[in-house]
Amino acid sequence: MLNIFKIALRNLFRYKRRTILVGLLIALGVVAVQVFVATSGSYKTLIVSQITDAMLGHIQIHKKGYLVSIENVPMNLNLNQHGVDKIESILKAMPEIEAYSLRIRLGGMISNFTETTNLRLYGIDPVREFKTVPLLPKRIMSGTAELKPGQILVPQILARGLSLKVGDPVVIIATNKDGSVNGKQFTVGGIVESAPGPGGRDGYIGIADAAEILRMDEPEISEIAVHVKHFDQLQTVNTALTKQLSKEVNNKGKPMFEVHTWEKLAPFANIAKMIDLLTVFIKIMLIAIVLISVLDVMMMSVYERTREIGTLAAIGTLPGKIVAMFVIEGGLLGLFGAIAGNVLSFAGVLAIRASHYTFSFGMKEGFVLDPSMRMGDVFFVSAVVLLVSILGSLQPALKASRLEPIKALRSV
Amino acid sequence: MQIVVAENLSKTYQSGSVSVPALNNVSFAITSGSIVSFIGPSGSGKTTLLNLIGCLDRATSGRLEIAGTDTAKLDRKGGARFRGNTIGFIFQDFNMVPILTVYENVEYPLLMVRAAPAAERKKLVLELLDAVGMLDQKDKFPDQISGGQKQRAAIARALVTRPKIVLADEPTANLDHTTAHKVLSLLKKIRDDHGTTFIFSTHDPKIVDEAEVIYTLEDGALAGSREQKGVEHA
Repeated sequence: MLNIFKIALRNLFRYKRRTILVGLLIALGVVAVQVFVATSGSYKTLIVSQITDAMLGHIQIHKKGYLVSIENVPMNLNLNQHGVDKIESILKAMPEIEAYSLRIRLGGMISNFTETTNLRLYGIDPVREFKTVPLLPKRIMSGTAELKPGQILVPQILARGLSLKVGDPVVIIATNKDGSVNGKQFTVGGIVESAPGPGGRDGYIGIADAAEILRMDEPEISEIAVHVKHFDQLQTVNTALTKQLSKEVNNKGKPMFEVHTWEKLAPFANIAKMIDLLTVFIKIMLIAIVLISVLDVMMMSVYERTREIGTLAAIGTLPGKIVAMFVIEGGLLGLFGAIAGNVLSFAGVLAIRASHYTFSFGMKEGFVLDPSMRMGDVFFVSAVVLLVSILGSLQPALKASRLEPIKALRSV
Repeated sequence: MQIVVAENLSKTYQSGSVSVPALNNVSFAITSGSIVSFIGPSGSGKTTLLNLIGCLDRATSGRLEIAGTDTAKLDRKGGARFRGNTIGFIFQDFNMVPILTVYENVEYPLLMVRAAPAAERKKLVLELLDAVGMLDQKDKFPDQISGGQKQRAAIARALVTRPKIVLADEPTANLDHTTAHKVLSLLKKIRDDHGTTFIFSTHDPKIVDEAEVIYTLEDGALAGSREQKGVEHA
């Protein structure tokens, strides 16, 4: 086998210029894939972590049917204490879960005594909330993250519109599920950076204050946000959690709860899907580049070396060995291209990192793109290139092995 | 013992709707260890006959048995294996593999066809290269040596597996008189040492003079055969 490798390698460097050109073409395809995967991956990770770690959490649990009406903040679809207890007992038993936070969501009005506008509020326990969405404190632009009773974190957009600053008094007015309108005076404890998208008008108050405004006789919870220890385990945890919670049914035999990952809750999930789709297309293009290049160069090789193939066949080389010679030659070409491509990609990714390329998302600016190549991607792309190169050289190799020695020897 | 037996061997090439007969009902038998020449003018069917004996081509009709094997029953793989084990080829245009050195070209059949052990390969290759006077050129590539040297290397490659039959199409066509004489002496020595059968297709009187049996082909048919007096059989 080693000798077939040696022969294949020598044949490859017999036409140096052609081999280098095709190798570079394959390398270019690999660079396109690796740099795109690294940069888009960095962009996606950055944005997803902003969305999940600063707002949503990784997973949210609601009463069944809540998500469909989430924009209306349906008070009649809150979880009661019994339901919350059940969910908490399950969450506590799952070691993959880092933290969870109970939230009361409410829609209301905020007034600075001269102007009034609408907002959405999260009633939270700040300690648990900050463990569940650890980037939330970093979104607080002024004031503190303490969120003492009677304090409110006002979203940046509304603070600007109502000319609010830390320490200013405001009034929050909300309607509870019975339809009665209630109000309570708060002090602005901090200004929180507005989230991109529909969450831009979300503010925060203490969970007890939320219950007081809504005049809840018994504790109710709108949603439970969950933070998993390792993000790559998200789907596993989600599946396990869904399975456990689906056992909890109401008196009609229907599930009591619904579990959703951030992908169901944030519009950015569609952008992330598009990025994944683009990655697939770029990978398909790489496959096409490698396949066409290797197929072309190996067909040319068979054509140019027909007489030589005839000689090898005449002196007794078995068809399988002739196939192996050409397949290994094509495979080595792909391998060289993949190695060169990965080295160039690594250099490209380092260059992007060194350039400190920044971009903005929503209202937040200055995100620094921090791409990195994962070993998994390096091996996957290299394996794909190698496999496609072998496939691409298979047809010319089979053609070479099926040449009639007598006809091949007559070839000029 | 007869190593090649041909009975009513015919070969017709098809060119579109036109049939071109190359061999017509040729019958002969070649004794093992003999040196045989097929002579005749161009287009008489010499090369076609050599291709059939070399299992590179198939007869249209007739029977051809080589070393006890009916060649009609060999498939592509079986044919390759049979050639590798039984037949050595000396091509008119040398057909050296350009990416392999002289040593590697000679070693190739032992390595890739016979899968012989390294020590045995080295011994046989060096022995043959020495015999053809190419030992000092062993590390050169074919494009670095002359035509005569290529032919000698090609002879070494054909003989290295100790085949029962060596087929040579105009083996001395590209050699000067002295080299041709040396090559012929070498072939005879190998025949004497190993009982190898040599079958030539040639116009060269030097080879014809050395052959023990001479078959004359004309228009694809066997026009005659003679045994040469004064030439010793093995």
